[in-house]
Amino acid sequence: MKDARINRNFHQPSRETLMFIRTNTVAAYLGGLVILACAALPAWAHKPASTIPAAALIQPADFAAALQKPGAPRPLILQVGFRKAYEQAHIPDSEYVGAAGDEGGLAPLQARVAKLPTDSAIVIYCGCCPWRKCPNIAAAYDALLARGFKNVKVIYFADDFGTNWVDQGYPTTKGS
Amino acid sequence: MTAMPRALAACVLGLLLAGAASALEPGDAAPDFTLTDFTGKPLRLADYRGKLVLLNFWASWCGPCLEEMPRLSAWQRTYAAAGLQIIGISMDDSSAPAKRLLAKRPVDYPVALGDAKLGESYGGVLGLPETFLIDRRGHIVARYRGEANLAQMESKIQSLLRAPTRGS
Repeated sequence: MKDARINRNFHQPSRETLMFIRTNTVAAYLGGLVILACAALPAWAHKPASTIPAAALIQPADFAAALQKPGAPRPLILQVGFRKAYEQAHIPDSEYVGAAGDEGGLAPLQARVAKLPTDSAIVIYCGCCPWRKCPNIAAAYDALLARGFKNVKVIYFADDFGTNWVDQGYPTTKGS
Repeated sequence: MTAMPRALAACVLGLLLAGAASALEPGDAAPDFTLTDFTGKPLRLADYRGKLVLLNFWASWCGPCLEEMPRLSAWQRTYAAAGLQIIGISMDDSSAPAKRLLAKRPVDYPVALGDAKLGESYGGVLGLPETFLIDRRGHIVARYRGEANLAQMESKIQSLLRAPTRGS
């Protein structure tokens, strides 16, 4: 009896071991769920704009005011949304560099900034869709950060460019 | 005397400019257009006079657009006999991605490629999705910018389909 008890105790895992196994089992389940969720994401799912840190965001009203300040240094302003919106209306002096969320859509952006020093001030905006569902802006932001740019700001359009910029009467121009 | 004509001219010019920049409002006539749909057939808005038209601007990369399209397609099937006609306008850069998308997720209504000019004629389609309801006489009765409340939109469609038809 004594030997058997000793033997049972020897094989019985400690509380720490049990906790370790439980924790790892839960982690494995969660990991599996994440993988399944990713596999189930629709084809149009993109990295959400909410991943952009708040410190990098600039409100439309603030940017519009900055644009109208005489003598203020102008950042490079890039539109990373869809061409047909840009042709209808865009921020003056902003350049169209293609929908960053499209297949191969980052190439024009990469080419545009390839020769710029990494301390260049760059402002990007999209406004194609509601912010939380924008397929372009986080992809563009990440690409600029990955290239080492440290001074990148993103205009926060909660609804879209029309509602949050044009309808507010901020400076707008059109054409390709 | 010369000041009056100048002031008048300035007023007219101002009105023209304001008109060019202003968005379409309910009650305005829906701008007509003629396009070729993705099956090669002509797609002219005026041909649908007498029907309630739901004009939906979308793009293949636009998540909210793709979420609502199956519902629009179901409405086309459900309310076609009552006089609803849905028209999809893709604002993709080219027709290829839109066609690829529709091959995987077909819809039961005609779709054509739009352009900036068409968007401008509708007051500027600067965000997607954007949807217009156009009554049987060709007037805009509702505009939905961004993600719409589809239950509310369907109620509106039902009430417009029930409304007595008047001659234009």
